[in-house]
Amino acid sequence: MDWITTVDHKKIAILYLWAGGFFFGIGGLEAILIRIQLIKPMNTFLDAQTFNELITMHGTTMIFLGVMPVIFALMNAVIPLQIGARDVAFPFLNALGFWTFLFGGLLLNLSWVMGGAPDAGWTSYTPLSSTTYSATHGVDFYTIGLQIAGLGTLIGGINFLATIITMRAPGMSYMRMPMFAWTTFITSAIILFAFPAITVGLVLLTFDRILEANFFNPLTGGNPVLWQHIFWIFGHPEVYILILPAFGIISEVIPTFSRKRLFGYSSMVFATILIAFLGFMVWAHHMFTTGLGPVANALFSVSTMLIAVPTGIKIFNWLFTMWGGQVRFTTPNLFAVGFIPTFTMGGVTGVMLASAPADFQFHDTYFVVAHFHYVIVGGLVLGLFSGLHYWWPKMFGRMLSETLGKWTFWTFIIGFHLTFFVQHFLGLMGMQRRVFTYLPNQQFDTLNLVSTIGAGLMGVGMLIFLWNIFITSRKPADAADDPWEDGRTLEWTIPSPPPEYNFKQTPLVRGIDAFWKEKLAGHKSMTPSEPVGSIHMPSATILPFLMSVGIFIAGLGFMFSRDTFGSDVLSFLFNNYIVTALGLVITFGSMLMRSLFDDHGWHIEPEELEGR
Amino acid sequence: MTTVHAEAGKSTLPHEPEKATLEGRNKVLAFWLFLGGEAVLFGTLFATFLALRNSTNDGPSAAELFHLPLVAAATFLLLASSLTSVFAIQAMHRNKPAELRNWLIITVVLGAAFLALEIYEFSVYVRHEEFGMTTSAFSSAFYTLVGFHGAHVAFGILWIAILIGQLARKGLTVVTAPKIYVSAMYWHFIDVVWVFIFTVVYLLGKVG
Ligand code: HEM
Ligand SMILES: [Cu+2]
Repeated sequence: MDWITTVDHKKIAILYLWAGGFFFGIGGLEAILIRIQLIKPMNTFLDAQTFNELITMHGTTMIFLGVMPVIFALMNAVIPLQIGARDVAFPFLNALGFWTFLFGGLLLNLSWVMGGAPDAGWTSYTPLSSTTYSATHGVDFYTIGLQIAGLGTLIGGINFLATIITMRAPGMSYMRMPMFAWTTFITSAIILFAFPAITVGLVLLTFDRILEANFFNPLTGGNPVLWQHIFWIFGHPEVYILILPAFGIISEVIPTFSRKRLFGYSSMVFATILIAFLGFMVWAHHMFTTGLGPVANALFSVSTMLIAVPTGIKIFNWLFTMWGGQVRFTTPNLFAVGFIPTFTMGGVTGVMLASAPADFQFHDTYFVVAHFHYVIVGGLVLGLFSGLHYWWPKMFGRMLSETLGKWTFWTFIIGFHLTFFVQHFLGLMGMQRRVFTYLPNQQFDTLNLVSTIGAGLMGVGMLIFLWNIFITSRKPADAADDPWEDGRTLEWTIPSPPPEYNFKQTPLVRGIDAFWKEKLAGHKSMTPSEPVGSIHMPSATILPFLMSVGIFIAGLGFMFSRDTFGSDVLSFLFNNYIVTALGLVITFGSMLMRSLFDDHGWHIEPEELEGR
Repeated sequence: MTTVHAEAGKSTLPHEPEKATLEGRNKVLAFWLFLGGEAVLFGTLFATFLALRNSTNDGPSAAELFHLPLVAAATFLLLASSLTSVFAIQAMHRNKPAELRNWLIITVVLGAAFLALEIYEFSVYVRHEEFGMTTSAFSSAFYTLVGFHGAHVAFGILWIAILIGQLARKGLTVVTAPKIYVSAMYWHFIDVVWVFIFTVVYLLGKVG
């Protein structure tokens, strides 16, 4: 119950972590199934339809329900602490964002048991995703599930923007903000400007499928390329929504374990902003083969390659940070250091793909699959592992086992390169993406076998990680405030895990790496910026949960509104939009409750603070 | 965290009550951000409409369909409601709750009149012109863009109506003021969107 009503950002972080981990597991199982199917030529382990459903759900689940929530978990756990705040700007909305994400994700995955998963690829290209080619409810689950989950992401993004703009501790100017706070800030801005586009795209596709509108149907004047534009205007920035937080994590971990401040801090900030800006300019590099013409292709090609410049700056800054530092190879730092070459390789193949003429060769082959997994898994997932190991003691008060952590690292990274390195060559030799099998003796056989073995090894790495979590959770919660001993930022100045109110007294920030600065000055703790006083806390509430349940019901109702059911009662309820209306009544009713009954929260008094 | 409380605010309301508390300031800021997102949302809908506005699939075209005097009347109502919501905020800044309430009621009535005209317009198209959601790509884009705006208006009416109720129960305080201020921002935003719709959909549709 506590968990359903909480509005505490630290608990919401843990909810995001478990939910994201759960979906990540599902996505991982789907990946393993795909790889088993591709282990040998002409395999009959899966049929073509199931394979299509699996790749669609794997891609969709991983991106929207697996890694995004884990990113949000880390942001929620860390950002208020790093900027010296007692909570996020809108605790209620924070909870709402989590619950809409969760119910959207559940809705999407219900498709497995309710008559067919989406099968048009995670990009849902029209007309493949039209009712003509995708007749089950699969794609409806996709459009409506993602719509609901996307709402949660948007809410989260706005919340972090407001939090970072208004709730920084005294003295923390923008140019003193930790890099992870910076990348969260920029990521949230990208979310704000990219997600509404996909919102519209999903609405249009829903209308095409359920209300028989004609947006993407060429026979009635619609335009399938329009979908591609809308999808990628969102979709390309989305990859920066994923990778920038990883950049932020790496920029925290490497300085901590090099005992040096981040090299080129201001250039890092500006590189981040530049990447975000360029990220919006390059969407059509996914559409070179669509036939936009040579001028458009050339422009998008060049603008894409430009992104390599700020990214290169970042990579050199990380290397220069380590240079001459006292580097300690703890688990978080292993992941961070492993990130650098791996992500760089993904970047290099990115520049190759950005060359339009070359892309005509690479397009829809395993070269592309190798590229984006190098970026997303070799970049983001390694970054998340680094961040999780790094902040685990802060989140849970317990250190993960270093030995098991190192095992996780080595199995995962070796498995990763085994899986995806060979896919570059498979792609160059012509193995197509999204095809459920291949003929023997095209030189695809051995490399596919290697790739599947690698995927298994990555799975082993994941299992070791889970085992590590399991045994750690049984140890006493006795992590020190600053368990890595070289913590530089504010989160390391308070107990692990932090008390409900985070900071007894808001700290005064006197420079970049505020804590490190105090340590250099010989202080053991931060100078407070206010006397100990009564702390205002928001009250727990079930309304965000109820609102999301309402949206979930409304979504299901709308989706089945045109179906014929065996039972008259069901037909009546769905065909007259009664189920939809019921869901909306729950949602709007909860909103009304929220609006009518003011909740002034409660206070923690100084005596209580001192009592601890 | 917040030092000024609802009770304390009643007698001596600060000059800009919507920005008197951190919560209030956060609300206003977050709402600006939200409107940024809404701008992208409508931008995408406009782009879709522009891409498909000539794909009439042998159905009625914009020039055949639109009846400008009706739309102009609707436009006038909505613009007027924006003005009255400005008056409402001015009354709020002068700490005149009764005046504030009256202007809000007028705003809601004008908005409802606008919505009624729009519903009438749509029903004429559907019943007499055989112009429905499924007619053509143009019709789908039209109903989606204009309908989305209409849904925003409907939501705004409900929202402001609830705020009027809240005002009656709790009075003008540093808690209610930011909500009213933010709803006025929202109302101006949908007004601005309508100006674009009037130009891009209706005027451009008439002249070709
Ligand atoms: C961890 C182990 C992973 C393995 C073994 C794996 C494997 C695969 C395979 C075999 C495909 C199918 C390629 C095709 O036939 O087109 C695929 C597609 C894809 N994967 Fe992964 N993947 C993994 C992790 C991830 C992660 C973490 C993400 C994103 C966060 C991701 C995103 C995608 C996407 C977007 C697609 C494209 C799906 C589509 O074509 O519709 N993968 N993956
Ligand atoms: Cu891209």
